Amino acid sequence: MYKVLKATFITIWSLFVLFPIMWAITTSFKPESAVVNGATFIPFLEFQPSLIGWKAILPGAYGLSRFTYGWKNYSNADIIFFFVSQRIMPPVVLAIPFFLLLKELKLLDTHLGLILVLTSGLMPIVVWLMVDFFNALPREIDEMAMLEGCNPIQAFFRTILPLSKPGLTVAGMFCVIFGWNDVFFALTLTATKVLTLPVAVIALNGTVTPYWILAASTVFSIIPLVGLAFVIERFLSRGNLGGAVR
Amino acid sequence: METLAEQFDERYQVSLILKNVSVTTEKDGVILDDISFEFKPGRIYILIGRTTSGKTSLMRAIAGLLPIDSGEITMNGVDFDEKPIWERDVAVVYQQFINYPNKTVLQNVEFPLLRKGLKKSEAREVALASINKVGLSDYLDRKPSQLSGGQQQRVALARSLSRKSHIMLLDEPLMNLDYKLREQLRVEFKEIFNSQKDAVTIYATTEPPEALILGAEILVMHEGRIVQYGSPTEVYEQPQSTTVARVISDPPMSILPVSISAGEIRFSDGYSQPIPAKMKNFKEGRYEVGIRANDIVSAKSGGEKGTISLVEVSGSETLVYVDTPAGEVVLQMEGIHDVKVGESISVELPSNRLFLFETNGALCVSPDGAGE
Repeated sequence: MYKVLKATFITIWSLFVLFPIMWAITTSFKPESAVVNGATFIPFLEFQPSLIGWKAILPGAYGLSRFTYGWKNYSNADIIFFFVSQRIMPPVVLAIPFFLLLKELKLLDTHLGLILVLTSGLMPIVVWLMVDFFNALPREIDEMAMLEGCNPIQAFFRTILPLSKPGLTVAGMFCVIFGWNDVFFALTLTATKVLTLPVAVIALNGTVTPYWILAASTVFSIIPLVGLAFVIERFLSRGNLGGAVR
Repeated sequence: METLAEQFDERYQVSLILKNVSVTTEKDGVILDDISFEFKPGRIYILIGRTTSGKTSLMRAIAGLLPIDSGEITMNGVDFDEKPIWERDVAVVYQQFINYPNKTVLQNVEFPLLRKGLKKSEAREVALASINKVGLSDYLDRKPSQLSGGQQQRVALARSLSRKSHIMLLDEPLMNLDYKLREQLRVEFKEIFNSQKDAVTIYATTEPPEALILGAEILVMHEGRIVQYGSPTEVYEQPQSTTVARVISDPPMSILPVSISAGEIRFSDGYSQPIPAKMKNFKEGRYEVGIRANDIVSAKSGGEKGTISLVEVSGSETLVYVDTPAGEVVLQMEGIHDVKVGESISVELPSNRLFLFETNGALCVSPDGAGE
């Protein structure tokens, strides 16, 4: 009985969640649909903030996990909160300052400008995720590595980093999705030369809404992420830490 | 990377000296209390003590994982304070064995060797030899998670042994293993340690039999201090205090308050027995007597009467805990006996097997030693 209820619920919920996607797919095959037009897609733009957010921050997160920093009453927890607090503000608040900043720096409507802005948004989340993840790794592994002749930096890169694959995958995936899906900053900070996919899709909307084209390009725009999800799912397998410490 | 041995003239043997080492933390209070000791090379030292006596802390301090507040640790005259952990060349085997989970058995053992600067081929050779020594040659490509607990501990051992470090610290390495494997590894340890001629080996344990079997010099630790140091027989036959006697005796020593007066030892419930010759010179007053479980005999008549509160049967002998009006005594009987909890029993505490302690715990007379 319980099982039947559960299955019914899951089925209904899936239909509910998947309906927009199914709708988009069917629409995209309707007769008027032309193939996607010639908007500039820049698929690699999205990955750059991901990579920076991901790699530059790792040693920082490791440090916050393993060593104690502080000044007077403030310590690691406060530093982490400081990082995360950058995400408390709604992005709308940041749009105008960012716009002015990039304008002064002559980075408006450039790859670099958008990369910098997105990276600053991703950093706190990566720090937060990874500090938590490093905290879960047994300290004895670092200690053992140090006893066996690694200085702390070597200990991190040779023993801790290889063990962090699941955490790295989660953080990386998060960055990619965030970067890929970002509409807001892309819309405000870029105009013509540089466009991200979601912005390009929105730009297709003219006086007459070409539903079929929109649907088709939407479907195309989610394919990479769906593919990514399937690949990444393997890295997320548990049990990678078995046998470290009894 | 230079090893410690290469930095010093061969004539000077490695010797690890601790001078007035103290550690206090906010959380746990005094952990190590003014420890001074010289560890000589080629010897095995057994650290024995209760769980919170500071054994692990002492080892962590030597390894550099626990910063010391005062005092100094020197190795061949070089202050360890100036040497970071990764340059100290200390091999450690923990109670909860640690291996790198993402590396295979072979890679695990090779890792410290490569860090030490050995060539790939040399490292492999040494690693294979050491894996062979612990009997894991068939598991080279397994990950630690695919091994049993005993095998994992042996990988950790192989990793530490292959390094030929000048300081080897083993912190209750047999703690998490099953009985059979313990027996086997204990014997192997003896061989392995004896083959390490120029290393200081420190082995921590809570179990008296283990300490006695390894037959090395024993350091008894209690509340962050080294309370007694000596050969196994010395420590066993002449424990300097009730603390040491408790730590080193398994089954536990029964310790009872008594008073000496008019040539008699009088227990707190009024039962008395004649004083043995060795204790004749002590002035009358309050004392404590200790007696080992295997020296107590159950008496047909007379003796101290009590009720049995607990019975433990361990294969070849039976341990009987008896509540007497004078205090709890533990008696060990050969073979398996059918005694039941709640039954009354008479026990005799032979005078010539008694240890006599001051009320502050210091030893006055031991049955086998010279005493005072």
